[in-house]
Amino acid sequence: MSLAINIVYFLTAAIFIIGLKQMSSPVTAHRGVVWAGVGMVAATLVTFGSPEIELGNNINLVLMVSAIAVGSAVAWISAKKVAMTDMPQMIALYNGMGGGAAAAIAAVELVKLSTHGQADVADHGLVVQVLAVLGGLIGAVSFSGSAIAFAKLQGLMKKTLRLPAHQLMNIALFVAVCVFGYWVATDHPVSADHVFWFFIIALVLGVMLTLPIGGADMPVVISLFNALTGLAVAFEGFVLDNAAMIIAGTVVGSSGTLLTQLMAKAMNRPISNVLFSSFGSDGGAAAEESVEGSMKEIQANDAAIMMAYASKVIIVPGYGMAVAQAQHKLKELEALLEERGVTVKYAIHPVAGRMPGHMNVLLAEAGVDYDKIFDLDEINSDFATADVALVIGANDVVNPVARSNPDSPIYGMPILNADKAMNTIVIKRGKGSGFSGIENHLFYADNTRMLYGDGQKAVAELIAGVKQL
Amino acid sequence: MIEGFTALYIFMLSAFTGYEVISRVPVILHTPLMSGSNFVHGIVLVGAMIALGHAEGTLELAIGFFAVALAAGNAVGGYVATVRMLDMFQISKNKNKNKGAAA
Repeated sequence: MSLAINIVYFLTAAIFIIGLKQMSSPVTAHRGVVWAGVGMVAATLVTFGSPEIELGNNINLVLMVSAIAVGSAVAWISAKKVAMTDMPQMIALYNGMGGGAAAAIAAVELVKLSTHGQADVADHGLVVQVLAVLGGLIGAVSFSGSAIAFAKLQGLMKKTLRLPAHQLMNIALFVAVCVFGYWVATDHPVSADHVFWFFIIALVLGVMLTLPIGGADMPVVISLFNALTGLAVAFEGFVLDNAAMIIAGTVVGSSGTLLTQLMAKAMNRPISNVLFSSFGSDGGAAAEESVEGSMKEIQANDAAIMMAYASKVIIVPGYGMAVAQAQHKLKELEALLEERGVTVKYAIHPVAGRMPGHMNVLLAEAGVDYDKIFDLDEINSDFATADVALVIGANDVVNPVARSNPDSPIYGMPILNADKAMNTIVIKRGKGSGFSGIENHLFYADNTRMLYGDGQKAVAELIAGVKQL
Repeated sequence: MIEGFTALYIFMLSAFTGYEVISRVPVILHTPLMSGSNFVHGIVLVGAMIALGHAEGTLELAIGFFAVALAAGNAVGGYVATVRMLDMFQISKNKNKNKGAAA
């Protein structure tokens, strides 16, 4: 039986790696995740036959089956129901669950050590105990941190909270968790009180680390917690002597780290900045250059005429578009313009939406073909030949000061060159600035016209305008 | 039983594998991929089952139950979310079979 289990674990690990590889291409991505799903089911089923599970204990089996049923049902229903715009926080939530599970595994093993004492320690060994503690710490931080990330993105927690001497408190917590971790890892026998406080402090640390981080930086944080959960799973895999967990966890840990770096790079925010300083605190003091010119308003009908008689229109959607749920209307507008022979393209900034790729998912949901969707590098040279750039719900990602003003906090961030288009139309809810609070010079440019209003309504007006022609 | 150094080798090779496997992923797939890797660490379910399987006493059983329920949520939620996102690309893929290779 144990041989069969090992074969299935081995195949599952292989399938996971192949699945992830396939997920890196749009053509094979779907197949990849389905295969990974098959592997997961197989691994779960054979685990029921594992010699480490004492099936003589009926209560364990009953609890196991009911726990799987409860966890799966809740996750299944929530994942089916959630809107595409809310996907990032759901990923955070499911990721937090994985971290919590890894921490709970560590807790079970450590509690076992505290109740059975010396006898078990002998065959556990120091290394295993240290790994259990490390995995427990990382898993617990990921668990509570992801919960905060979820709350923030879901809008349950609006403000970034920064306590006085926040950084010092975090250091103190970290030191405390290390001390308790050291005790738990080296005590013979392990003290149950130490285990308890170790996990409590780890959970508080996760909360404290995530609280001061603003919503705009959340994608990077979620990605980081995803990588951390992978690592925690790998460590618990060592503890339980389970190669499938080690391999899958480590692969996620390293690929997640790479993804986090890619995202942070796209946002021009070093990971250390994201974690240890909020945007306002390090950028607010930067010299604000006075802006020349004024914002010029345009009516929807005029904007519609401008676009209908253009030969090339580039749409720059941002997070505001997603909030206004305007993607379906945009698709409608695109179809109308195409009918009139206008070339329509979409320019996606790497951090448009709430995560890299999130905007692509939203546009795909609305039925936009993805040969019309272009990355920053692919499209930036195109703006110079575009008659109209339609910026909808985007702000900082089209702010030209990122190119021109070295004092600006966003200086050096790659931006979409919407200002290079012949005409720029900006759909915007009001006159405020973006999340960074930086004035957008694009809005004041001579060839920029502002179309104020809710994204969805404004696009609907544009559609009506084009139809009238 | 995995010996210490064998475990270390597995760890190292897996780390490089993870890095290589996604290093060429297009930006449009970043979110689905994050969701996909989120699903993959749902394998923690296997560990949670083992932990619950040899749990004794109320406290261990309670924590074990918690572990399995959370892990199952991670695996199932991660899978459904990933498939739903990728399904959206599927729709447009059928219209443009060639774009995938270019992206």
